Amino acid sequence: MSTLTLGRGRVPAKYLPVLVTGCLFVAMFAAGGIRYEGFASGQVVLNVFIDNAFLLVVAIGLTFVILTGGIDLSVGSVVALSTMIAAALMEGPGWPPYLVIPLVLAVGSGLGLVMGYVVHAFDIQPFIVTLAGMFLARGLCYTIGTDSIPIADPAFTVFAQTRIDLFADLWISPSVVIAVVVVLVAAYVLHYTRFGRTVYAAGGNEQSALLMGLPVGRTKIAVYTISGFCSALGGLLLSFYMLSGYGLHAVGMELDAIAAVVIGGTLLTGGSGFLLGTVLGVLVLGLIQTIISFEGTLLSWWTKIFIGMLLFVFIVLQRLFSGGSRR
Amino acid sequence: MRRLVWPAAVLVLLLALNVFFTPSFLSIQVRDGHLYGSLIDILRFGAPLILVAIGMTLVIATGGIDLSVGSVVAISGALACLQISQDAGLFTAVALALGLCLLLGAWNGFLVAGIGIQPIIATLILMVAGRGLAQLITGGQIITVNSPAYKMIGGGYWLTVPFGIVIVAVVLAVTAFLTRRLALGMLIESVGGNAEASRLAGIRSRGIIVMVYAFAALCAGVAGLMISSNVSSADGNNAGLWIELDAILAVVIGGTSLAGGRFSLAGTVLGALIIQTLTTTIYSIGVPPETTLLFKALVVAAVCLIQSPSFREKVFHRRRRAVAPAPATDEKVRVTT
Repeated sequence: MSTLTLGRGRVPAKYLPVLVTGCLFVAMFAAGGIRYEGFASGQVVLNVFIDNAFLLVVAIGLTFVILTGGIDLSVGSVVALSTMIAAALMEGPGWPPYLVIPLVLAVGSGLGLVMGYVVHAFDIQPFIVTLAGMFLARGLCYTIGTDSIPIADPAFTVFAQTRIDLFADLWISPSVVIAVVVVLVAAYVLHYTRFGRTVYAAGGNEQSALLMGLPVGRTKIAVYTISGFCSALGGLLLSFYMLSGYGLHAVGMELDAIAAVVIGGTLLTGGSGFLLGTVLGVLVLGLIQTIISFEGTLLSWWTKIFIGMLLFVFIVLQRLFSGGSRR
Repeated sequence: MRRLVWPAAVLVLLLALNVFFTPSFLSIQVRDGHLYGSLIDILRFGAPLILVAIGMTLVIATGGIDLSVGSVVAISGALACLQISQDAGLFTAVALALGLCLLLGAWNGFLVAGIGIQPIIATLILMVAGRGLAQLITGGQIITVNSPAYKMIGGGYWLTVPFGIVIVAVVLAVTAFLTRRLALGMLIESVGGNAEASRLAGIRSRGIIVMVYAFAALCAGVAGLMISSNVSSADGNNAGLWIELDAILAVVIGGTSLAGGRFSLAGTVLGALIIQTLTTTIYSIGVPPETTLLFKALVVAAVCLIQSPSFREKVFHRRRRAVAPAPATDEKVRVTT
């Protein structure tokens, strides 16, 4: 903490939350490395990426929405719906993956588009609109089928089992590559394009953005579409990971994603935050799970209690560092 | 009153739909000294939701939101059942459970009013951690209890009326009295309108915010007792799961804006009844259980759209435009609002 207070003079305040999360990650990793044998290896970090690639993609989509001051509760259900559509189409009528994948992405984006349109055009709170979207997507899952559908498609299984070897016995899965590409593209769009600046402007102060002549409505619709697309992509990654489609996949994942974005230092009121923060947030969540599995005797509910405590500590730190200027 | 028209219309429509499919739907009879009938069932099974939604209404009226009520429901049931299974008295068990809930609610209020965390995040903490806490209390098991006195809370009858309905009626009456006959309701609405301005006007904004969160948690605690007592067991994992979303929906359907500043208890009760009736309707008209959520999503979407002034304006506008072209400036005005 003291180092951060020292750093305050040099680091612009807007980078502080991300820095705090970064330090937290390093500290947790160091603590784990001291406490458990075999923890302090590069593969442990890569495994966090491998196990959470889908969460990372979803959280990135959600970051766009939250930056505009909105929220998307439907992401978990859209992930489940994507696994379900993919599995059902490939197992039932035997559609090839090159048709299924674009369709799944289109369905996710379409749902996001509709929700974004309703939020923008009818002035209904995003919380409620995406809640209805969450019920709708989950309901569609059960309408397709109530059982888990295994995926036996060769392309999917190959994708699931491929290991991409890096140097020195380290390896990642193709999902990680996709997630990293999504991170890079999203970071470029958010920080270096006109659209990205509009997202921040709309979240910072919608009235001002409108008065500046920025296309706020179009941007709002676009961010929900992006979130829907990312959820569908996350769903595809999850179906690579699980090799099944199931209506109960990713239950409560919207909370994990929101927690990751918040831990990453993005304000829920919008207008402030970084994609890198979200990436770190996902990594922190993943590392907690890894630590709990290394601990072995700890039971699963401690994960929830830890995440809750961590959220608390982190948000209080954020409040302290961002000072009284923002409320 | 006018904003209650739409929710009331939807409720009547749902009931009419039920009568159409089951003509005996509205009949209420006395059997073994208990009231029986579909309407009584709706009230009885909807009681926990109504309770949680009443608490949620006041929180939303202050411009906040409480995501943690579902976890509080689970914690309250878990603690009470644990106490009773360890041979504690009914009173001790209930008092302990509700005391803990008050404490948790005050914690939420402290985070929001004391530290100044956004309500959705502040209560997200307890929503995530509280679910873990409930599982910690039950040890990951489902605790079953065999206590006729405890069973009374959610499954008993008092003068032919299911006891849960009595509890809800009492809580509703007390809340309505406190907020509508005394100044409390106005103070809450004023804090929701502008907390800082209210403080400057001499209202103890922080105290009121802590109070509404504590009250919401207390309501959730009572609801948790009802739910666990009704099935004589406590499930830390699934009790009250997603009830916070249903409660928020009930409040919004009832015409209370999520932005805060005004609230309608009657609307909330209507909203909760709509959600419960919807569930009953799904069973009675034979919608396959797989599509329950789909059906719910469509009704929720329809209700929210009907209530949105700009949706009504647009639909109405379009019809009117077919007759006579509307002024062109209207479009621009709406974009800037």
